[in-house]
Amino acid sequence: MSVLLFKVILIVLIFLISLGLAAYATYGERKVAAFLQDRIGPDRAGPFGLLQPIADGVKMFLKEEIIPTVSDKFLFILGPSLFMVTALMTSAVIPWGTPMEFGGVSYPLQVADINIGILYVLGVVSLGIYGIMLGGWSSNNKYALLGAIRASSQMISYELAMGMSVIAVLLMTDGSLSLNVIVEGQKGLNWNVFYQPVAALIFIITAFAECNRTPFDLPESESELIGGYHTEYSSMKLGLYLFAEYVNMFISSAVISSLFFGGYNFPGLEYLQTVLPTNLVSLISFGVFFGKILFFIFFFMWVRWTIPRFRYDQLMRLGWQVLMPLAIINVLITGAVITFFGN
Amino acid sequence: MTSDIVFFLLAAVSVFTALMVVFSKSPIYSVMWLIACFFSIAGHYVMLNAQFLAIVHIIVYAGAIMVLMLFTVMLLNLNKESEPHKSIFTKATAVITGGMLFLVLLAAMRSTQLGAYEAPVTTDVGFVQKVGMKLFTDYMLPFEMTSVLFIAAMIGSVVLAKKERNL
Repeated sequence: MSVLLFKVILIVLIFLISLGLAAYATYGERKVAAFLQDRIGPDRAGPFGLLQPIADGVKMFLKEEIIPTVSDKFLFILGPSLFMVTALMTSAVIPWGTPMEFGGVSYPLQVADINIGILYVLGVVSLGIYGIMLGGWSSNNKYALLGAIRASSQMISYELAMGMSVIAVLLMTDGSLSLNVIVEGQKGLNWNVFYQPVAALIFIITAFAECNRTPFDLPESESELIGGYHTEYSSMKLGLYLFAEYVNMFISSAVISSLFFGGYNFPGLEYLQTVLPTNLVSLISFGVFFGKILFFIFFFMWVRWTIPRFRYDQLMRLGWQVLMPLAIINVLITGAVITFFGN
Repeated sequence: MTSDIVFFLLAAVSVFTALMVVFSKSPIYSVMWLIACFFSIAGHYVMLNAQFLAIVHIIVYAGAIMVLMLFTVMLLNLNKESEPHKSIFTKATAVITGGMLFLVLLAAMRSTQLGAYEAPVTTDVGFVQKVGMKLFTDYMLPFEMTSVLFIAAMIGSVVLAKKERNL
């Protein structure tokens, strides 16, 4: 099996998993909300309502497609497409498990192990703004425009704190920005979260803001802005926006777990590697990584149904006056500790 | 051979998108074409094995500066009708200045020795470690001077913003 074929299969698999998981995250969200509010949740379509996402998808496809007459048609369609593309792009640099082996050749479970891994993630995240901005502006609706402006200023503000919190982690891994190296440096229970709890907290908070999730879902706060940037969207274009939000959640959970929670590492991985065949260990490590991702997706939902929304000035104050200085101080302290006490 | 094809493709995209920035009627499309242009330039950096430069180029230009530009265009709601009419004098001045700049660039191009392009021997020439080493040893002073300049610019903008509020 050539490397190229393996990569193509891997890309298609990751693509399908992202979309499938995003679809069932909508179901999960409704079930978690129902659980937290002491309700039953969707239970009509199929056993336990398991076919609900499919029913929702069919509904989205069959809805009438409305494009506002005075809007810019090209940009109106480009908006949700760009948002989805940027949501899916990040998965390329995430190491999903220990390498597999076919015919004596080792194939890493990662699409692209590039030298600048984590910077690539930050770069793609910063591009995600365009989908929202173009959609909001081209709708020619003041609520949509306000939502788009809120979304982009929020994302720009929180990106800085996000980058700063990552620097503290990078100081601890020796000289590489590759996510693969970062994950490999967290063998067993040697996870970054135990050394960098502040950075982990800042990163998780900023990830919430970047995904536009509650308590930071001001771009679409329905009591003020109707639907925010996607007010004018209908049919599958609205579906793409809503869907991309869940893909974003999945990918940020993956990034959070590989930066701070050991990625595919778990205590006993080295022992398993000596007794079990390589490919089986690879699958187990993938399963463990997936478990961590699922936990963080649950965490996203848990917070959403527990904490109320911020006010906009509170959001900006938190981003610029609390998280940003905290992240910088964290970098300085980490640097000082490494300089004076070694690693 | 493949790298030649990719280079010419990227170069064509760069030139085409750069021209489209100028020729687009709507400012929003100009901004979008400029973003596409930045991406093709990032592609050129990757071709030169400068991965770090490529991604920083995308984060800084496409991810931050162009977002602010799009912001401005959207909030001002620039479109063809509201575009201020320019007098013939302004247009003539613009053509003359532009032409002169073009002449200067052309003259500069003529006198440069275009050496043959040599592919870098090592592929890790643009990796983060290498760039960082160079930056903090050989180019320490310019690097620190630039950061001082940045802080000056940041404080300056804060001061300007504060002044408005006190009035």
